[in-house]
Amino acid sequence: MSNIGSYEERIKNFSWEIAEKELDYKKGDVINIGWHCTDRICQMGKANKTALIWEGHAGEEKRYTFDEIRKATNTIGHFLRDLGVKNEDRVCLFMDKIPELYLGFLGVLKIGAIAQPLFSAFGDESLFVRLDSAKTKAIITQRKHVGKVRKLLDRMPSLEHIIIVDHDGLKPLKEREIAFDLEKAEKIDKFEIYPTTAESPSVLHFTSGTTGLPKGVKHVHYSIMSQYLTAKWVLDIQDSDIYWCTADPGWVTGTSYGIIGAWSNGATQCVLDAGFSAEAWYKFIEKNKISMWYSAPTAIRSLMKAGAELVKQFDLSSLRHLASVGEPLNAEAVIWSEKVFGKPFYDTYWQTETGSMMLTNYPGMKIKPGSMGKPFPGITAAVLDEKTFEPITEPNKPGLIGFRPGWPSMMRTYWNAEETYKKKFANGWYLPGDKSTIDMDGYYWFVGRDDDVINTAGHLVSPFEVESALLEHPAVAESAVVSKPDEVNMEVVKAFVTLKPGFEPGDDLELEIMNFIRKKLSPLAMPQEIEYLDKLPKTRSGKIMRRMLRAQEWGQDIGDTSTLDDD
Amino acid sequence: MAEMKDIVLQYVINEYLEDEDEVLSYDSPLISGGIVDSFSMVSLKRFLENKYKISIPDDKATPEAFDTVNKICALVNEYLK
Repeated sequence: MSNIGSYEERIKNFSWEIAEKELDYKKGDVINIGWHCTDRICQMGKANKTALIWEGHAGEEKRYTFDEIRKATNTIGHFLRDLGVKNEDRVCLFMDKIPELYLGFLGVLKIGAIAQPLFSAFGDESLFVRLDSAKTKAIITQRKHVGKVRKLLDRMPSLEHIIIVDHDGLKPLKEREIAFDLEKAEKIDKFEIYPTTAESPSVLHFTSGTTGLPKGVKHVHYSIMSQYLTAKWVLDIQDSDIYWCTADPGWVTGTSYGIIGAWSNGATQCVLDAGFSAEAWYKFIEKNKISMWYSAPTAIRSLMKAGAELVKQFDLSSLRHLASVGEPLNAEAVIWSEKVFGKPFYDTYWQTETGSMMLTNYPGMKIKPGSMGKPFPGITAAVLDEKTFEPITEPNKPGLIGFRPGWPSMMRTYWNAEETYKKKFANGWYLPGDKSTIDMDGYYWFVGRDDDVINTAGHLVSPFEVESALLEHPAVAESAVVSKPDEVNMEVVKAFVTLKPGFEPGDDLELEIMNFIRKKLSPLAMPQEIEYLDKLPKTRSGKIMRRMLRAQEWGQDIGDTSTLDDD
Repeated sequence: MAEMKDIVLQYVINEYLEDEDEVLSYDSPLISGGIVDSFSMVSLKRFLENKYKISIPDDKATPEAFDTVNKICALVNEYLK
């Protein structure tokens, strides 16, 4: 029997009080995600249950019980508090998927500070704009990434502490740096957790838009209600499950479901800190007898590329339930998964701002391959007319997705950007920026983005950010960035550039520019292709017509060109 | 071959290695070891194609084929005339 039981019955009788009751929360109580994911689980009699099975790329393994993660998160919180980190200070977690990332996240929350996880592959400029926006007080990182932090020190006077979790003592620490070794630190058993309440800020994840710098999405401790219940009902996490969320906690899936959803449900979860390889993933599932697997379409399509024959070399019979998030899961991937794993991937739709799943497929509900499913109980969703923002009642007619605000994990604002936040609403609906249709049976079908943001492998890349970075390369005079289709990643970044006098187009320059963006921003933002143009298509007022370039890449009609400056 | 290995290894060290203290060999795991991610693999492939004037089909540029300098050089040699 699945946790959700009947979806239709849940819809009829839903209230968020279900989650509040299960998490022993009453309005006005202290609520702290760090405590709920560790101390509370221990108090429920699961102190000796395995909480984390971690494996590194060289095969090294670490295991932690819930009591051990309780003490480890206390220890990290104690260390930060001793440094002078206070409630609501921002603490960045800039690490690979090592145990300190997961435990540090909860340790930060336990002292009431705001956790700011950032993808460790970010280049120094991407790191800077996010730390500068948040005025981050401390960063927890590894030796291998500290070089990027050191480059920013002159521009980051507010960054007081650089905490290195694997300092080996071979080279001296530099300005503002301090070593912290979780294994060797004295474990703190009794710890006074900061009395955060429902609306206390918890997490600051950054997301990209079409224009402007990345925005910090502010979440609060009450978000755990949504993350707990969606993990329980959609991912169907049960006490005996071994759960694997493949997402990096530098992104929202990795925290909402790679930490909070899993551990608030008392689940044993696995983490593989290694680059992707189909064989390594199957081995990991087989070895750890993973039963619940939450992954992403890009990974699933990469597994498809590796072939069905490879699957047969492993015993994957432990798999009980599979789900996917990041970008639309194509019907072929659902059908393939059913064929080779004997069960389909259940697609889920949500985003950084929503904090938890909004439209999903449920255990026990018929799956229509390629559909995002139906709204989670308690979520009022619609497809809206693009002009009036009124719900479209006609089936299969595309419009903007809209959600009525009010679910627990809804972002509370964009950090220092209240006006931008307000623009995300129209006619009382929150607009996530995607288009969809709804069929006769109430299933949602993804149509596309409502803006120029590029969704590559489930991660949003701002064309504006890449264009701005391109202009910093000495050879680039002008730039325009759009998405182009990609079999595995759905979309990838493509750049069009014009060159300054004295520079000649060529393969070596293309590679040089690609690497320039990769190091400055991130590998995700690196253009996979650069096309040299004599001039970029612009309107008569001088605005670059990205729409035309995008249409060209996607083989679409380029539309109205009456405003094109063709001089 | 030995020269190619050194060129590729040096390129990986210069372009992708973040930890300046980490020592890489011809058999160090690059993709599975998290030194080169799947997106960055595109630029590594482009480097090899530019340097050796070859074209590596996308379906041959797999994480497994790019996982070590030795494997990369074996792949490049398949396409060298």
